[in-house]
Amino acid sequence: MTAFMTLLRKELLRFWKVGFQTVCAPVLTALLYLMIFSQVLDNHVQVYGVRYTAFLIPGLVMMSVLQNAFANSSSSLIQSKITGNLVFVLLTPISNLQFFIAYLLAATIRGAVVGCGVLLATCWVSGLYLAEPAWVLGFTLLGGALMGALGLIAGMWAEKFDQLAAFQNFLILPLTMLSGVFYSVQSLPAFWQELSRLNPLFYLIDGFRYGFFAVSDASPWLSFGVALGFTGMVGLLSFILLVRGYKLRT
Amino acid sequence: MSAVAVSVRQVSKTFARANNPVHALHDVSLDIRQGEFFGLLGPNGAGKTTLISCIAGLCRQDAGAIDVLGHNTRSDYRAARQALGVVPQELVFDPFFSVREILRLQSGYFGIKKNDAWIDELLAELDLSEKADHSMRSLSGGMKRRVLVAQALVHRPPVIILDEPTAGVDVALRQGLWQFIRRLNRDGHTILLTTHYLEEAEALCGRLALMRSGEICALEKTETLIRQFAKHRLTVRLTEGGHLPPALAESALALSEMPRSWEWTLDELADIESVLASLRESGCRLEDMKLSPPDLETAFLKIMDGGRKQAGKMP
Repeated sequence: MTAFMTLLRKELLRFWKVGFQTVCAPVLTALLYLMIFSQVLDNHVQVYGVRYTAFLIPGLVMMSVLQNAFANSSSSLIQSKITGNLVFVLLTPISNLQFFIAYLLAATIRGAVVGCGVLLATCWVSGLYLAEPAWVLGFTLLGGALMGALGLIAGMWAEKFDQLAAFQNFLILPLTMLSGVFYSVQSLPAFWQELSRLNPLFYLIDGFRYGFFAVSDASPWLSFGVALGFTGMVGLLSFILLVRGYKLRT
Repeated sequence: MSAVAVSVRQVSKTFARANNPVHALHDVSLDIRQGEFFGLLGPNGAGKTTLISCIAGLCRQDAGAIDVLGHNTRSDYRAARQALGVVPQELVFDPFFSVREILRLQSGYFGIKKNDAWIDELLAELDLSEKADHSMRSLSGGMKRRVLVAQALVHRPPVIILDEPTAGVDVALRQGLWQFIRRLNRDGHTILLTTHYLEEAEALCGRLALMRSGEICALEKTETLIRQFAKHRLTVRLTEGGHLPPALAESALALSEMPRSWEWTLDELADIESVLASLRESGCRLEDMKLSPPDLETAFLKIMDGGRKQAGKMP
């Protein structure tokens, strides 16, 4: 247990020591999105009968959770790989499962810390309330774990920062931006609605938003089931790669 | 005979490269006994680091088995790694932490919670006490190398692997490091050392394995290897204008880098008398003379050269 706790602590310290970059900067980015979109749309748009600014906040919080959870595990792994200091963990008796859980947990915690930061900075907005906090917590944990596992896969696969940036910019960013962060998918044409429903991140955003307003595009149970299944699949894949030492042990 | 600390049995490893697979290890077997100071030598690319990586679990062998203190490095990897301390060849460090934080984290990875007394002792032994709270980024190359040594020793492993630990370390610190490692060896730690400094290996290692092209080409006690493959050498320099008679020159090697100098390899130490007698009879006057004892460097070059000649004869 000491070994696991040490690895978790190290992963937490790693992002906390550069908190301006890893926590403050993404909070500021989310606030800028909020400021711009609310200025333009707040007087014109209502979703589920909620003012647009309030509707947008849960989406931005979840988007921050997802992107930062991914960034934590992927950047930690690739930095350690490229600088070579990953050997200090690979040489130790830490088991593959301990390694896996420590990275996932650290990613989830960073995602949650940034998400809380966004929420704290925006909680003054009228019309925002926590209708069902259990869903908020559940989807936060699932989203963090899913993106932490995906970050592990990207960190193992990428051999240079360029490849990781491609993974982030061409896969993670489009999936999060097109998951209903800024809109309800019901406002889309039928084709795009169906396409959105193939995006697993849509269910995380939608379910998370349900925790605030108790209304959503899809049933929260369906969202939870899809998110859980997808997290399980991605988690299993990343764990198998870890056990095989994919691009970690030659 | 003491128990085996590291057992390597018929280990092979090939790195897949497009159209050109690299056979890094081929059927390598050796035993290192508990308490030994064992040297693994060979030219660059001989397979030393691959073998060490297989023992440490950083690399997975295609065939064969490796045990550390009886624990298989694949099926019982956690116990095997707990018994090992490895100083890697590359100068790697985590830029986010100070020296002390690094050593505390490394202790934790091995399940040790309170380890500050031993960490302080390690820092003192490795002359790092003043740098304990400095960031790893601020240290010189030699200091980073010493932190690597401290990291390998932080959990007091019974088996210590040192992969070229003195590369880039100045002479005084190198001496201090070897004193410390010798003390650990006297206390019962098994040491496996790879180095390109052959005088270090000769002075420290009781037994040596020499590797060439992924195979063990010699495995013997250090003194036996030197006795078998190296001989005394007599070097003479003649006075200005002196020439070696052709009959004598045939048995000597002219040293191109030193004027009027020749070297004889002596089968027996007593042969020195016949060489000197011949020089006297020929009227040669000596300006300088040196008798070099057999050494590991000569033995090493002879073994490696033998391998190249053998390889050259192959169809």
